[in-house]
Amino acid sequence: MKALTVETRKGARCRVLEAGSGMPVVFLHGAGGLLAENPFLDRLAARYHVFAPELPGYGESTGEELLEDMLDFTLHGWDVVAALGLTRPHLVGHSMGGMIAAEMAAVAPNDLDRLVLVDAAGLWIEEHPIPDIFALLPGQLVELLFQDPDRGQTLLTGGVDFSDMEAFKTFYLGQQRRLAMAGKILFPIPNRRVSKRLYRVTAKTLVLWGQADRLIVPAYAERWARLIPGATVQTIPDAGHMLPYEQPQAFVDALVRFLG
Amino acid sequence: MRFTWFNLMPWPYLPDDFREKNRSVWVDIPNTLYDPKKGHFVYHQYMDQLEYAETLGFDGIGCNEHHQNGYGLMPSPNLIAAGLARRTSRAAICVIGNSIAGYNPPIRVAEEFAMLDVISGGRLVAGFPVGTPMDTNFCYGQIPALTRDKYGEAHDLIMKAWAEDEPFAFDGKYNQLRWVNCWPKPIQKPHPPIYIPGGGSIETWDFCLDHDYNYSYLSFYGYLRGKSLLEGYWERVAKRGKDDSPYRAAFAQIICVADTDAQAEELYAEHCLYFFNRCLHVFPPFADPPGYRTVNTIKYGALSQLRMEAQRIMQGLTWKQLVEERFIIAGSPETVRQKLEECITGLRIGHLFCLLHTGNMPDWKTRHSTKLFAEKVMPHLRHLWPEWKHDDRWWIHPMEERLRPEETRPGAEKPGQEWR
Repeated sequence: MKALTVETRKGARCRVLEAGSGMPVVFLHGAGGLLAENPFLDRLAARYHVFAPELPGYGESTGEELLEDMLDFTLHGWDVVAALGLTRPHLVGHSMGGMIAAEMAAVAPNDLDRLVLVDAAGLWIEEHPIPDIFALLPGQLVELLFQDPDRGQTLLTGGVDFSDMEAFKTFYLGQQRRLAMAGKILFPIPNRRVSKRLYRVTAKTLVLWGQADRLIVPAYAERWARLIPGATVQTIPDAGHMLPYEQPQAFVDALVRFLG
Repeated sequence: MRFTWFNLMPWPYLPDDFREKNRSVWVDIPNTLYDPKKGHFVYHQYMDQLEYAETLGFDGIGCNEHHQNGYGLMPSPNLIAAGLARRTSRAAICVIGNSIAGYNPPIRVAEEFAMLDVISGGRLVAGFPVGTPMDTNFCYGQIPALTRDKYGEAHDLIMKAWAEDEPFAFDGKYNQLRWVNCWPKPIQKPHPPIYIPGGGSIETWDFCLDHDYNYSYLSFYGYLRGKSLLEGYWERVAKRGKDDSPYRAAFAQIICVADTDAQAEELYAEHCLYFFNRCLHVFPPFADPPGYRTVNTIKYGALSQLRMEAQRIMQGLTWKQLVEERFIIAGSPETVRQKLEECITGLRIGHLFCLLHTGNMPDWKTRHSTKLFAEKVMPHLRHLWPEWKHDDRWWIHPMEERLRPEETRPGAEKPGQEWR
């Protein structure tokens, strides 16, 4: 994929991975950001025109001071779509990106084609409290994110050798910066009341979930489907919270079936 | 040189296997470990000790704010201070302080601090910490990346509320109040001395210098570890073209005084180890949520790894290490005097917060150590900073004619003053 930089009208500068041609699909990443390798994006690009913007505070994207609350994040999402010159794209949001995509679809229901929420954050069910991702030891995070934590560790760090102090420092600073940004809409409870606004969503919606998601358990998929008019749920086996990374082919197949 | 007797108010009944059985003394400590009936005696003992310190001539008596914390029993330090204001009349009452980013609305702090200043006759030292991540973020739910911004706004609101003589509207990002009208207002003008306790964020230095507030470095790791941070602060002071009055800075130090060095170990080792082994046992992620520290601070200081490292050091500590590595200053009056002089002059501080109660130290030992300190150490350190001895910019200015409520027996009727 190639990387381009767009500047929003508000002044944020965002790096966007782009590839393929056809119907535009905007993929919004989760709290950890895009990883070093994102094979599911490459596979999607075989069929669609794929755009994966990085939020300010992630990678080379800057302007994090411009975004403070949920409305800022939501409008930023549309600002990026506008800066890319896209009309009625499909929105696919993973985890925190799902939270943003759902808000985008609620505030501007006519501006997107279809909506896919993948292991999305944004709701809170008292019987299923989501673990506090801001209070975890490094090893604990991987356990929550992946069905297979050993493989997950490699995926997450891009194979960085943490015994190399400089490499560790760089990774750590990046992680602090990313999660500082994510905390603005996820801390202390990842619920900014999108549930009140979901009745506005008119886009056809697929709720896609990793069957073994230990961070946001599949009960949340049912809750999303109940709140969004006409939404359908599909769960994918052998996948945890990081479904697009753990089962890229099954993930892409599900998207293709739904998006056409 | 000024001395404040400070009590962290630890819970003294943490079990021997606390460290093994629990991941943190703070935030998610099992609250079944707290026994309110024992707590009754603990509060009174600690407040009695603070009052006792005043009778021995300490300049100030102080407490701070923590939440869900096994070594701090003061979610509301203002309640403790209110008790002290009624039972003392000379010492400064140092509330170091209220974590104002967590108050909603923060005008509450302007009001309560004003009440304390009025009740005490103008003896309040007002502390405005940003608040530890444990307290402000994990216990009080504030967003780490916005905490400093919210803190700044709360500060501006409080200071304006104290300064203004007319009601005003405050249209803040986090607080909107149509009618701000602080009632009562503090006695001390333009405001009580402001102390900013810092844990090591370099942004705090500039904040203190912008407003000419005292910078208090509160660490439990002693002055060898505090030195690099305070050196950074003093460099910043010079760069900003401010004078280098030592009263711009304060430092907290655990101190144990006995008749001899050997006796200090015999009397206090157990209690200091209780503090370092159990009270400082914090789950590392609670100390460092992403966004709380700016990237600049992280780069300047330690990585969170080092916080993990600090936890590892705590694990196997011995008395010998505590003393030799200067976590604590302990020994005979002469030993303590020498080491403290080195600490005070090395850090260039005009104000020392003396932690003379540590961990689960019983009352009699606390008083023994406190009395020895007041009689045999403090007088020999008073003379430090002679060229700044008239500098009272960071100290209280009480009313001359004020009540001395502790000198009249509670409830005593005065002839001719009965209600009719």
